[in-house]
Amino acid sequence: MNIIFFLIGCSILIALIFLGAFFWATRSGQHDDTYTPSVRILFENEIVEEKEGRDERGNAE
Amino acid sequence: MAVFKDVEKKSACYHCGDGIAIEGGLYQLDDHSFCCLGCQTVYQVLTARDMHSYYRYNSHPGKSQKNAPTDMSYLDESDIVQKLVDYQDEDRTIITLYIPAIHCSSCIWLLEHLYKLNAAVLASQVDFMKKQASITFKPDNLSLRGLVDLLTQIGYEPKITLQDVVKEGNRAHTHPLVAKIAVAGFCFGNSMMLSFPEYFGMDAFEKNYASFFGYMNLGFAIPTLLYSASDYFYSAWQSIRQRQLNLDVPLALGIFVIFLRTAVEVIGQTGPGFADTLCSLVFFILIGKWVQQRTYHYISFERDYRSYFPVAVTVVDEHMDRPVQLASLQVGDRIRVRNNEIIPADAILLQGRAAVDFSFVTGESKVIPKSLGEIVYAGGRQTGEAIELEVVKPVSQSYLTKLWNNESFKHYEKKFDTFIGFISKYFTMGLLAIAIMATLFWLMENNASRAWEACTAVLIIACPCALALSSPFTLSAALSILDSNKMYVKNTAVVEQMAAIDCVVFDKTGTISSPKSSTMLFEGILSLHDRKLLYSVCRHSSHPLSREIVHWLAEDRPLELTSFDEQVGRGIHATVGGQEVKVGSGEFVSIGPRQMEGTAVYVAIDNHVCGFFTLEQSWREGLSNVVHALEDKYTLHLLSGDNERRADALRAIFPKSSKLIFNQQPADKLRHIEDWQEQGLQVCMLGDGLNDAGALKKADLGIAVSDDINNFSPSCDAILDGISFGKLPLLFAFAKDAVKVIHMSFAISLAYNMIGLSFAVQGTMSPLFAAVLMPISTVTIISFTSLATRWFARRNGLT
Repeated sequence: MNIIFFLIGCSILIALIFLGAFFWATRSGQHDDTYTPSVRILFENEIVEEKEGRDERGNAE
Repeated sequence: MAVFKDVEKKSACYHCGDGIAIEGGLYQLDDHSFCCLGCQTVYQVLTARDMHSYYRYNSHPGKSQKNAPTDMSYLDESDIVQKLVDYQDEDRTIITLYIPAIHCSSCIWLLEHLYKLNAAVLASQVDFMKKQASITFKPDNLSLRGLVDLLTQIGYEPKITLQDVVKEGNRAHTHPLVAKIAVAGFCFGNSMMLSFPEYFGMDAFEKNYASFFGYMNLGFAIPTLLYSASDYFYSAWQSIRQRQLNLDVPLALGIFVIFLRTAVEVIGQTGPGFADTLCSLVFFILIGKWVQQRTYHYISFERDYRSYFPVAVTVVDEHMDRPVQLASLQVGDRIRVRNNEIIPADAILLQGRAAVDFSFVTGESKVIPKSLGEIVYAGGRQTGEAIELEVVKPVSQSYLTKLWNNESFKHYEKKFDTFIGFISKYFTMGLLAIAIMATLFWLMENNASRAWEACTAVLIIACPCALALSSPFTLSAALSILDSNKMYVKNTAVVEQMAAIDCVVFDKTGTISSPKSSTMLFEGILSLHDRKLLYSVCRHSSHPLSREIVHWLAEDRPLELTSFDEQVGRGIHATVGGQEVKVGSGEFVSIGPRQMEGTAVYVAIDNHVCGFFTLEQSWREGLSNVVHALEDKYTLHLLSGDNERRADALRAIFPKSSKLIFNQQPADKLRHIEDWQEQGLQVCMLGDGLNDAGALKKADLGIAVSDDINNFSPSCDAILDGISFGKLPLLFAFAKDAVKVIHMSFAISLAYNMIGLSFAVQGTMSPLFAAVLMPISTVTIISFTSLATRWFARRNGLT
């Protein structure tokens, strides 16, 4: 039954990773604008090779 | 359908959807017609760059390009640029611009594909709700002015003002509350999982795990207590220091006692403790707090004159014109103000024909002519030709800014006792009394451990979690109902304030009269033949007032004109079948300038003046219904800065008991509000212009009525879209119902507390009982408040 200590340790570690991911998402402004991405995804990709990776907002602080 | 589309194509501008006045269309390109050159240019620019998709996502996505562009030369000044940009280095500049024209998905598409129009734009991202675009560009290849010109060229002129609303908005909502909720939620989930073995019962051989689970739970309770719940301890401490008892006091006390008892039980190995109850409690009340703080960050309620003024003004020097920042404008500077620009400081008119529109200050849209040497106050908008003025007072000292910074306008802390604030005093007292009594009872029974258990259990179970949630959840549901009815309130407390109102004061111009629709009024006598003459003459003029007159006359079969002469800015002189017709200003019709308010168009036939036309704003739709619905329950008054010209019409609408007061200066309005407040009335003021700003602030509830919520509106508690003006009585009734829901949910949460307390005072409360009761009461309150609020909304006809 001592395996339970290991399992609890694993589960808390995974939960901590998710908590960290949430903090990262909030910091980088992913929750700032919840409407525009829903429209943006409907645009068709015309020229793909031009550039990718928009500059994230909020990094410029 | 196809036929219908074809017809639409021909009559509406392909770019902006405006009607095309001239038959056939002067501006035509690729089978599409345009209403003006501006729209056509935008189309050309876009199609040249293979960006035709703009027109694919929506039909007529553009904004009309008929307005003349404003002067942007100040954007070349590096110190101004410094202030506007978010970030700047050699390779790139990032700027966030407020672009009011953003209104559909095509706008997002176009603005995010700016790099196709100019390679110097590296990236652009639109925030649709805030109508902002953040643009990264190479400063070497494109100046800020170039960028703004590019945006203007495609019809998206950014609005750059002194008060940088954009930056303030960005700062406002980076609060750590979300992080605190995340930590509390994390601890809640884990501690609950670790508590399950205890609740389901453990065999004797598993008991050695119990202490491990206990310590783990305690470990999760610590960040919840120290980080997530820290605001409650701070607020409770502040409250006690001010000798008040707000709801945070019993909350903080409850949280602390739960932690204390958990620590004692875990370390002393006497029980499992209440760690999961602690984490869930903090998690739920923080969510309540978050719901309460949710406001519209994309609508600014705190705008002042600075968001209306330009960033810079053109100063005329001996050598050349140069743009100067408003802050460095000095007395004696000679400034040039072009058509549609704001006069930024009190100044003397030196050159040019000034026709100033003071609608921003007075709320009344009329053009006032000024003669040379006269002082023109700041805040007016010049219409017509460019004028030159000499500044006599710095911007901060001008009449307008003084009006704004007037001491009497400042710092009205709206002292309003919310229901929860009122009840929490008694609640805290009662709670402490029960806890002390339970302790004393068990101490007298000589059962010290029972006394400790009972005392802590009372404080734990009666911790007003459900009570703390009832108000935020009700009000936030009410907020979204109001929102869908186009009333935007500043925060949740405003809804409660709205329910307490018993006196409603209206401003006239722009508030109960609609600035968009207006009607012609004629004073004088016109025979049938005169009407026909007038119609025949005016239909040849393209002046907007002539068109209004033609529309008003609604004649047909015009007479032949013998001669026609239109003098711009003065009037028309025509002869029809030997009769001489003059239509125009008083001066032109040769009766001399007469003292008439607003624009008056005089009519003379054969040198005999028949009368004059005036343009009047018509009442908002449903005004009399609104007044009628409100008059039973509310005291109604009217405060107008205008004269008594239309008092009779208003008398007929308003009940006899209401006061209609005219010719009011901004400070008078404020004083009247104060008087009514001293009579014990809870006053709600509805206004629109800057002249109402003081009254809106002073009133218990200030509602700004606006036809475009993104436009300027004075600082207020709520913004009501002009379209929803007719719903005002429903909105007031709904606010009252929302408060009723709060009372009901208070009764429910009190019932839960009673059940919990009956176990707690006996000292027999198990951790499982607390862990179950807490979430159940929370879920009940949340679902009851949201459902009841929506039910009341439907009953009031607001869905």
